Amino acid sequence: MLKSNSGIRKTDVINRRMFIIGAAKVVIFVGIVARLFSLQINENKKYLTLSDKNRIREWKLPPTRGNIVDYFGNIIAGNLKVYQLHIIPEQVENFNYLLVRLKNLLNLSDKRIARINKLKAELKPWDSIIVSENLTWGQFVKINNYLYDLVGVKPVMTISRNYPFNDVYTHVLGYVSQPNEQEILENETIQERFVPGMKIGKLGLEKRLENHLIGTNAIQRYEVNAYGKRINQLEHQKGKQGSKIRLTVDTEIQKACGELLNEKAGSISVMDIYTGDIIAMYSSPSYNPNLFLFGISQEEWQLIRNNPLKPLINKTLSGLYSPGSTIKPIVALSALENKVIDTKFKVKCTGKMELYGQTFHCWKEKGHGWVSLKNAMKQSCDTYFYEVARLLGVDRLNITAEKFGLGKKVLGDIFDIEKKGLFPNTKWKKNNLGKGWVLGETLITGIGQGYVQTTPLQLCMMTAQIANGGFVVKPKIIVDSNPISYEDAKQSMESGLLFDTDSEELLDKKLFINQKNIKIVQEAMFASTNERFGTSYKSRIDDPKYQFAGKTGTAQVKRISKRERELDLELEQIPYKDRDHALYVAYGPYVNPRYALSIIVEHGGSGSKAAAPIAKKLFKLIIDRHDLRNKQSNFERITV
Amino acid sequence: MFQHDRLSNEITLFQKIKNLDYILLISVILLSALSVFVMYSTDGGEILFHTKNHFVKLAVFFPLMIFVAFFNIKFWHNFSYIIYFIVILLLIYVSFFGLKSSGSQRWMDLYLFVLQPSELMKIAIIMCLAKYFHRIKIENVNSFTSITIVLSIIIIPIIFVIAQPDLGTSILIALSGLIILWLGGMKIKYFIYSFITFLISLPFIISFLKPYQKLRILTFLNPDRDPLGAGYQIIQSKIAIGSGGLNGKGFLKGTQSYLDFLPEKHTDFIFTLFSEEFGFIGSVGLLILYSIIIFRIVRIGAISRSNFARLFCFGYAFAIFIYIVVNLSMVLGLLPIVGSPLPIMSYGGSSMLATMIGFGIVLSAKINHKQMIA
Repeated sequence: MLKSNSGIRKTDVINRRMFIIGAAKVVIFVGIVARLFSLQINENKKYLTLSDKNRIREWKLPPTRGNIVDYFGNIIAGNLKVYQLHIIPEQVENFNYLLVRLKNLLNLSDKRIARINKLKAELKPWDSIIVSENLTWGQFVKINNYLYDLVGVKPVMTISRNYPFNDVYTHVLGYVSQPNEQEILENETIQERFVPGMKIGKLGLEKRLENHLIGTNAIQRYEVNAYGKRINQLEHQKGKQGSKIRLTVDTEIQKACGELLNEKAGSISVMDIYTGDIIAMYSSPSYNPNLFLFGISQEEWQLIRNNPLKPLINKTLSGLYSPGSTIKPIVALSALENKVIDTKFKVKCTGKMELYGQTFHCWKEKGHGWVSLKNAMKQSCDTYFYEVARLLGVDRLNITAEKFGLGKKVLGDIFDIEKKGLFPNTKWKKNNLGKGWVLGETLITGIGQGYVQTTPLQLCMMTAQIANGGFVVKPKIIVDSNPISYEDAKQSMESGLLFDTDSEELLDKKLFINQKNIKIVQEAMFASTNERFGTSYKSRIDDPKYQFAGKTGTAQVKRISKRERELDLELEQIPYKDRDHALYVAYGPYVNPRYALSIIVEHGGSGSKAAAPIAKKLFKLIIDRHDLRNKQSNFERITV
Repeated sequence: MFQHDRLSNEITLFQKIKNLDYILLISVILLSALSVFVMYSTDGGEILFHTKNHFVKLAVFFPLMIFVAFFNIKFWHNFSYIIYFIVILLLIYVSFFGLKSSGSQRWMDLYLFVLQPSELMKIAIIMCLAKYFHRIKIENVNSFTSITIVLSIIIIPIIFVIAQPDLGTSILIALSGLIILWLGGMKIKYFIYSFITFLISLPFIISFLKPYQKLRILTFLNPDRDPLGAGYQIIQSKIAIGSGGLNGKGFLKGTQSYLDFLPEKHTDFIFTLFSEEFGFIGSVGLLILYSIIIFRIVRIGAISRSNFARLFCFGYAFAIFIYIVVNLSMVLGLLPIVGSPLPIMSYGGSSMLATMIGFGIVLSAKINHKQMIA
């Protein structure tokens, strides 16, 4: 009885205590449900986002670069389909066998094979290795034929930059190639859109306009597992091709420039004298930018690099030359403007001029006799210009020269390689060389020798500004958002105002005090080309439609010794490096002028023999394409 | 009279089947079926290694449960101490000759399957203590001798399990043992005192923990401390559960598990996968299913005549509850990560074996609920 009593009491204790536990259980379960509720209902969005972040990964594909077109809409930098070969290591059964097969099929070098093996070790097994970036169609077909035997190989079609005119535009456009680390870090847009295999502009407009041309990445969204392996594709978001850029250049003329300078070192620039459109800008020799797309071979690179004619230098923008006699129109203009001389002013040329015991020679040993401005310009009499420069002084000459754009960059910040050149004055010499100006230096500055250094494009702009009646032009190579027609430009100029498209203001940009002086210089340049005894008379075109006015120049590259002067050697007898640079600046047609050009042939000898004949050939083409260009001016407008 | 008594004690097989608790049985079958589907999902929607093995184990252990149930509860009472000692021997055996895996030594190879004796201890300790408190007079419960004995019963297996090392299981064994002490009538103040002592000595205990265990506690306190290392499991688990939302992502559509972001998804983190795919509704449903099982076990205990059956059922119901709470709190980021499976759902033979034996004894208690044990 006692025992069962104890048993009952025990049962009571157990039941009572169980009840307490039961209550605790309910509370704890409710707590767990509350926690579930807070995670799954309250914070669901947050965790869903985190879950998507876990599983969704984006792959950016290289963006497609915008096309660059010439004034007529011809693509001068476009995109081309290329065939590539990729290997996906994890799908390959026998990697070494595959490499041997590919080596035979594609003639891969041992170096390339070693590189592939190195990449294989670095990359994840599901990342593809690019074996060949640019297969020929023949190779692509061959690979496709043997595909059954090449497990893990993927022939891929992709898009790559292409320059259809090869070397014609190299110095204007530059080229694209794989970016280095520095370039990626420097440009935020590149940094943001960079994907392996992407190419960026390395030089020229391709580099300058990178942010416009680059385009946006196509994005592929994949679901990935915890190890980063792609499981399946969720979405493909198309990228936007980069902006189309339209240039002011004319491919036909640009090509002709290339042909005219074939196998010569030099430069040709052609400019619209009203709108400032650069119609051609060619530096010779050029090189093929397509070579750089898939990595240039060592041999080809050495060939370009070691070429004595220096194809890597953009001579139009960064070649600095003494302008020689092509400076004479500015000297004459400056003297006229400063009323130092007038048209009746005459100097007797005896072939040389003595100053403080130093002799300054005219190119014509016998002398020109009594010469006026017109004759001096026509025959390029050095003595006359020594005298004019002496009377004028270098400081006044410097003011006029700088007004016409010498010593300043022509295209501003578009090309970072562009050089400023130099037009000296007394202050410059004092500050930079620490010495006082010597009168003799004024004399040689008057014939474009000495400290003066100009780029071919500066000479072209200088000529354009004389040709248009003495107004500022704003050179440009990219067609901007609201292109001004040549008639509007001409009209606003002749009213003495220039419409500045950047600031949208009318600016007074007269370069002269008395426009009659410009006229005098123009006439003198006309005589130089179109009258007997003119230095470029042989290169004249009589047809008024094509008739042009110009000024030759011959720039010495070294001091001529007395002995050499007496020898009077033929061009072929002088070592190439010592030959004079041949220059020519011109504008035309003479009536209602439209275009100005500058030509320089390095070590070409005299301007009249080596440079002026090129202008004759070129002007015909330029004027013939004039109507076409006029029609084209309302061609679709592209915003940059 | 004597004969009649004998007859009433010896129930026929038919009566045994009739007396089974069908609500409990159906709940267990439902849970088992669910566990196979979830295992199928962990295998990525294919019948692979885990699904197959899990199914085979269920197919073996479920009949075993019925088999256990058909033994009289008196039989289990009589053999409780022996079973406890056998499991202790097994624990000693594995501590010397056990299989080693990832730094701990807790398994023994039985050719057909690998047994983890510490899982069996979870049941054995309840049986042993239930018998002890069944036999002891209520007046003697709080005597020094009895307290010494029951504490020894708890501490001896724990020493072996901690040495393996297996903190999670040893905590579960300790809690299962303590609950019988509580139910058996041990003074409440002892629990309060020991709890206070535990809190005070906690810093010292922590200083004895292995470095990886300390790391787990630190990680629990701040999972973002090392999101790709120690905190990875808990962060990914919370992401999976949280992203499940109300309805879940759908069966076989749990991206976190499907794409291998979930670690240990077959075993300790099985609930995470379930919750990701079936959402809040599914999770609460699962909790309700577990609650029904627990409630049925408690009810069977309540109708049992013998205090052994009563103590066992109450103790076992609490043990199941604790397993669930510890496991869920762990995957929900409420507790540090300690290895503890979710009963039936988690992949693991020993845990399932122990759970099924437990259910079997409960069912035996139900069949024989009128049985008095002297």
